[in-house]
Amino acid sequence: MKKPKKPKLAVWKFSSCDGCQLTLLDCEDELLAVAENIEIANFPEASRNIVKGPYDLSLVEGSITTPHDAERIHDVRRASKVLITIGACATAGGIQALRNFKDVREFTSIVYATPSYIATLNKSTAIADHVFVDFELRGCPISKHQLVEVLSAFLNGRKPVTPTYSVCVECKRRGTVCGLVVTGGPCLGPVTQAGCNALCPSYHRGCFGCFGPKETPNTSSLASYWQTKGVKNPDLLRLFRNFNAYAEPFRKESEAHEK
Amino acid sequence: MKSRSIKVDYLARVEGEGGIRIKIHDKSVSEVEFNIFEPPRFFEAFLRGRHFAEAPDITARICGICPIAYQMSSIHAMESACGVSVTGPLRELRRLIYCGEWIESHALHIYMLHAPDFLGYQDVLQMAVDHGDAVKKALKLKKSGNDIVNLVGGREIHPINVRVGGFYRLPTKQELQGLVDNLKWSRDAAIETAKLTATFTFPEFERDYEFVSLRHEGEYPFNEGKLVSNRGLDIPISEYENHFAEEHVAYSNALHSVHRVRGAYVVGPLARFNHNFDKLTPTAQQVAREVGLNPPVKNPFKSIVVRSVETIYACEEALRIIQDYEPPEKPAIDVQPRPGVGFGCTEAPRGLLYHRYRISDKGLIVDAKIVPPTSQNQKSMEQDLREFVPSRLNLSQEQLTWQCEQAIRNYDPCISCATHFVRLDIQ
Repeated sequence: MKKPKKPKLAVWKFSSCDGCQLTLLDCEDELLAVAENIEIANFPEASRNIVKGPYDLSLVEGSITTPHDAERIHDVRRASKVLITIGACATAGGIQALRNFKDVREFTSIVYATPSYIATLNKSTAIADHVFVDFELRGCPISKHQLVEVLSAFLNGRKPVTPTYSVCVECKRRGTVCGLVVTGGPCLGPVTQAGCNALCPSYHRGCFGCFGPKETPNTSSLASYWQTKGVKNPDLLRLFRNFNAYAEPFRKESEAHEK
Repeated sequence: MKSRSIKVDYLARVEGEGGIRIKIHDKSVSEVEFNIFEPPRFFEAFLRGRHFAEAPDITARICGICPIAYQMSSIHAMESACGVSVTGPLRELRRLIYCGEWIESHALHIYMLHAPDFLGYQDVLQMAVDHGDAVKKALKLKKSGNDIVNLVGGREIHPINVRVGGFYRLPTKQELQGLVDNLKWSRDAAIETAKLTATFTFPEFERDYEFVSLRHEGEYPFNEGKLVSNRGLDIPISEYENHFAEEHVAYSNALHSVHRVRGAYVVGPLARFNHNFDKLTPTAQQVAREVGLNPPVKNPFKSIVVRSVETIYACEEALRIIQDYEPPEKPAIDVQPRPGVGFGCTEAPRGLLYHRYRISDKGLIVDAKIVPPTSQNQKSMEQDLREFVPSRLNLSQEQLTWQCEQAIRNYDPCISCATHFVRLDIQ
C-alpha cells in the first residue's frame, strides 16, 4: 500500500527572539518522531531546503513591526491551510510592543545613529490583528508540551487541548504554597493563563505573566489587592507592562496606573 | 570584463533573519554586504525607566538561543553599578548554568546548523538518514546542557530563576547529583564530537584576525575577567567603549562594532580558545592536541572543532561544580540600588556580550547599551567573504553560494541578537 503523503509544515519568523521556533529543535526526544510524521518543508532556522507551498500547517513566530512584514503575513496566510501563531510576540505583540506606549521615532534615535535607515511601524502588533489565525499558542516562550500537543492535534484533525484557566489552578495542583497570600508579594498568577505548570511560584517568585491574560481576568481586583499591600502605581504599571503588555486586559490595567 | 553576483536572500541555519550579497567584477570582489533585515526591537530604548531588577528577565528576550548570556551580562552590570559582587557557591552556580547554555548551544550549532555543510546535507534531518546514531547522540548531548539550564534556571528558554544578587531558589545537592551520569556520558560524547569534526575537510583559509575575549587568571572565562587581544589589548571591561565603537550602515538593522583604531575584530570560540588554552581542563587540552588543534587557530572553518573542545570543557567544569557544591545559606545577596553606572561582559557561546547601564537612586534604568557578539563579528564576516571568494571563482554558482553561507555560519551568527543587527546577498 502506498504511504499517505506527509503533511507539509512551514515555520515563519517575524519580529521575535527565535526562542519559540527553537522550542521545536529543543524537542530532543520528539524531534525525529515529529519528522517521521510531518514534512518540515520550510524552516530556515533548521534547513537550507525550502519546499514550495502551499503548506498544510504554518507556525508563525513574532509580531508585525515593519511595513514589509505587514504585507508578508498576507502571503504566509495565503500559502497556509492552517495557521497557528506561537508565542507572546505573535499572539500579543511581545516585549517590543512596549514601543506602542511611546513615540517610536524617539526610540529609533536612541538605538540607531542614523534613524532614516530604519523602516519600522509605530506599533508592534499580534498576527491576528492582520490575518485570520486558526489557533493561538501562548507563552514567552511557548511550552514544549503544548507545542507537541498542537502538532499532534493537527495530525489527528482535532482541536488542541490547552487550558484557558489561571496559573493558580496549576499552583494548587502542584501543592505550591501561595506566595500572594503568605508573603503578599506581587504575583500575576490569578490573571495569567496556565501553561508553564506554575513555574515561578515553585521557584519562590511571583508569576510575571509569560502566558498572557487568562479568560475573563479580573485585573483591577488584583491590582487593588496589591495596593492595600503597599504596591505603588509605577510598580503596578511595570507588572502589567511586560511580554504581553499589549494584550487588552493587561494593557488597560497598566494604563489605569499610568498617572 | 565579467560580472557575477552571489545572492542569498534568506540565510538558513542561523538564528534570525539575514542575507548575503556579493558583487564580483572582473575576478575581484567589489562589494560584500551581510545584511540583517530582522526588524529592530529597540531594547535599549524601552529599558529606560524599567527597574534595575527587571533587566535579566527583559534582556533575556533579546535572544531565545542564549538567554543565559543576557541574564549574566545584565546581572553583573547591575551588581557592578550597585557596588556588590557575588562570590562562593552562588558564583559557581552561575558558571554552572552557563556551562549548560554552552553545551546546548554548541551542540545545536555543531550538529544541527554547521555539520550539514561539511557533510553535504541541507539539514540535520536529512543528515539523520545516513548518520542516525550521530544525530541521536547529538540530541542527547544537547539535552544534557538543557537539563542543567532547566534545573538551575527553571526552564531552557528564558529561564526564570536568575536574579540580580543570585537566584530565587537554590538547587539541592541531590537535584544536581541527578545530572552527573548524563554529564559524564556527554563529556565522552563531546570527545567523540571533537574527533569526528576534526576529520571534516576544511577549506584552506586563514586570516590574521584580532581576536578579543575575556581572560581570567583562575579559569576559562564565562562571567569575569579582563578584555584581551592578540594585538596587545588588555583592559578592564569598564573601558570597553573607549576602545570599541558601533557604526550604523545603511543595509543593515544591526550596528557594526569596530575597534576604534584597528577596525574589524573577532569574538567567540576561536578567540577564547587562543587566549585561554592553558585554562582548559587537561582532557580538553589533550583532545585538542590529539586532533591537531593548537592555538592560535586562525581558520574560522575550524571553529566547529573548537566548539567541540569547549563542550568537553563545559561538561567537565559542570561536573566539578556539582561535585564541590555546598548550598549557601541564602539564594541571593541583598542588592540595594544606588545611582551610578555598571558594566557587564560575559562570554555568550558565540562571543562577548557587553552590557552597560546607568541607574538612578530609585533603581530605575536611565540608559542602557548592549553590544551582542554578532555585531562585533559582522565586519570580520564580510572581510572573510571578500578574501574567500576570489580564489574560488571556478566553483559553480550553487557550490560557491553554499560555501559563502558556510563561511558565515562559522560564526554561529545570532541575528536576533544583533538587531540592533544582519542579510547575505552575493551578486
